[in-house]
Amino acid sequence: MNAEIGKTTFWQTARREGGLGCACTGAWIIANAAAIDAAIAGTESVSGHAILDLGGLSRLDTAGAHLIVKAERRLAAGGATVERIGARPEYETLLELVTCDAARLVPPPPGPPWIIRFLGGIGQSTVNAGHEARDLIGFIGLVIVTLARLIVKPWRLRLTSLVFNIEQVGFNAMPIIGLLSFLIGVVMAYQGADQLARFGAQIYVVNLLGISVLRELGVLMTSIIVAGRSGSAFTAQIGSMKLREEIDAMRTIGLDPVEVLVLPRVLALIVALPLLTFFADIMGLLGGALMAWSSLDLPPRLFLTQLQQAVELHTFFVGLIKAPVFAMTIAIVGCYMGMKVSGSAESVGKMTTASVVLSIFLVIVIDAFFSVFFSMVGL
Amino acid sequence: MRPEAREAVITVRGLRNQFGAQVIHDHLDLDVWRGEVLGIVGGSGTGKSVLMRTIVGLNRPRAGSINVLGVDVLGADEDVRHAVERRWGVLFQDGALFSSLTVAQNIEVPMKEHLDLPDKLRAEIARLKVKLVGLPPEAADKFPSELSGGMRKRAGLARALALDPEIVFLDEPTAGLDPVGATAFDNLIKDLQQALGLTVFMVTHDLDSLYAICDRIAVLAEKRVLVEGPIEVMLEQTHPWIREYFHGPRARAALGA
Ligand SMILES: Nc1ncnc2c1ncn2[C@@H]1O[C@H](COP(=O)(O)OP(=O)(O)OP(=O)(O)O)[C@@H](O)[C@H]1O
Ligand SMILES: [Mg+2]
Repeated sequence: MNAEIGKTTFWQTARREGGLGCACTGAWIIANAAAIDAAIAGTESVSGHAILDLGGLSRLDTAGAHLIVKAERRLAAGGATVERIGARPEYETLLELVTCDAARLVPPPPGPPWIIRFLGGIGQSTVNAGHEARDLIGFIGLVIVTLARLIVKPWRLRLTSLVFNIEQVGFNAMPIIGLLSFLIGVVMAYQGADQLARFGAQIYVVNLLGISVLRELGVLMTSIIVAGRSGSAFTAQIGSMKLREEIDAMRTIGLDPVEVLVLPRVLALIVALPLLTFFADIMGLLGGALMAWSSLDLPPRLFLTQLQQAVELHTFFVGLIKAPVFAMTIAIVGCYMGMKVSGSAESVGKMTTASVVLSIFLVIVIDAFFSVFFSMVGL
Repeated sequence: MRPEAREAVITVRGLRNQFGAQVIHDHLDLDVWRGEVLGIVGGSGTGKSVLMRTIVGLNRPRAGSINVLGVDVLGADEDVRHAVERRWGVLFQDGALFSSLTVAQNIEVPMKEHLDLPDKLRAEIARLKVKLVGLPPEAADKFPSELSGGMRKRAGLARALALDPEIVFLDEPTAGLDPVGATAFDNLIKDLQQALGLTVFMVTHDLDSLYAICDRIAVLAEKRVLVEGPIEVMLEQTHPWIREYFHGPRARAALGA
């Protein structure tokens, strides 16, 4: 089939008395459309009577028929009257099918120049960001109200879903969070020891490790991993349900999507994140202790005594108390972004990215506020 | 069509499909002749969609052979398969349009993949297909989520027809269309079949389509093609399900029309 390209001339024109004679020959099919289109574009315009001979066509499909109509239109625009001869009856049907107003085949103009679109885009995103913030706050309110209703009617809690979600976001996240925290502990101990050794103060590596892991790193690492792991999953799950109208179906059945989908996820994360944080703290200290033992010859017994002096109970709680707040943030942002999905599969991807970025951003901002607050109250 | 003039474009032999312990097809044989409109009927869940997916290579059967346009699609290598894919178009049960592209862009996808056309001509042909399937001009620049179910179906057909294929596979093309639209759809398929010599493999429950445009009907039941033949043959069958199907109240209404 492809051999026909190039060898055949599809379009021949000859001047004749009172106008032009055109012969369409060969296979006018979509595979040859580019060549045919170029050939007809080169036709000179004539006035008078143009005769289009379709007798030599070996094949014709809709693209080819379109090109015949296009050629006729071209000739007519040049001032000729066009007559079609030699078409087989089935070709006539096809030509009739493809004949339509030329205007509808032209794509709409691409819109205003780029500078206007650029400036318009900035304005649009600013307005959108404002709306986003308003909607997110509205959604937080909705979750809190639903939560309050649940306190009055606790039997409405979806227990199965809650337990399932705790397993998904909590239990299943333990290996990765444990491993990463352990490694962070190792790295901190090693780097800290390296620096402190210059002052002969290696033992203070325990203080460094204890305070930074318990206060900040444990909870922050855990939250960031959970945001990437579970926040994104929440968005994708709820987003795909939204796309397939499952959420609408729920509403019509009388189920409240916030109660059925959002609350179990929020509560699951509120339960799971503090537990994961505790686990991360332990693993981080374990990693540090092992490193201290192997490279600083600091035996575990000494490590523990030093740790006892370095940290107080409140150091640990200052870290842990942030966990439920971060959990709320991640879960609500994840679910909210899922609810915002609309239209296309691409939108699920966009919202999932937005969900992870926004929740990590908010976690770090809130952490900064916590630091300011704790330093004001002197902890 | 005279038997000696027929050329099989699709040949299925001894097909077996199975999901877990559930056997969908067993020893299924089917021929589709060039230029015919073949209607596939059968109860819900008898494996019509699975049969279609198997023929176009989306589902690997447990046993059997499938030959499309002279190519053994199960055994062929990548290049040969790619060349055959260019010669067929598929309309899925729910349209299956790419949701991040507009209708016109959807139609351009197969053209971009298989042909080297100038942008302007490609855009023209895409819009022509939009017109052919009876969508309004403004639908070309809409995204699938902005269309109604019936419009999505038409857009799916437009994409299936993008390369002017020799065979089109249609999974319930008229389901979800209004009666006027469904009739127009039938007419379009008939026109294209006559003008282009198109072969149509159509899964359908629409009795009107069966009467109006199908040259032949194949009934899927008991895990195989139970009977095949023109509508007159169907009307003579004694198998209870087939009797019920072609003599039920809806069938009588379609016949009477
Ligand atoms: N991917 C799959 N995994 C397991 N079972 C499947 C799968 N796809 C289809 N089936 C089963 O195969 C059977 C046939 O399904 P199919 O979609 O082909 O039905 P159908 O004849 O097209 O019905 P309908 O008229 O409702 O569209 C069904 O029983 C279905 O449960
Ligand atoms: Mg089906």
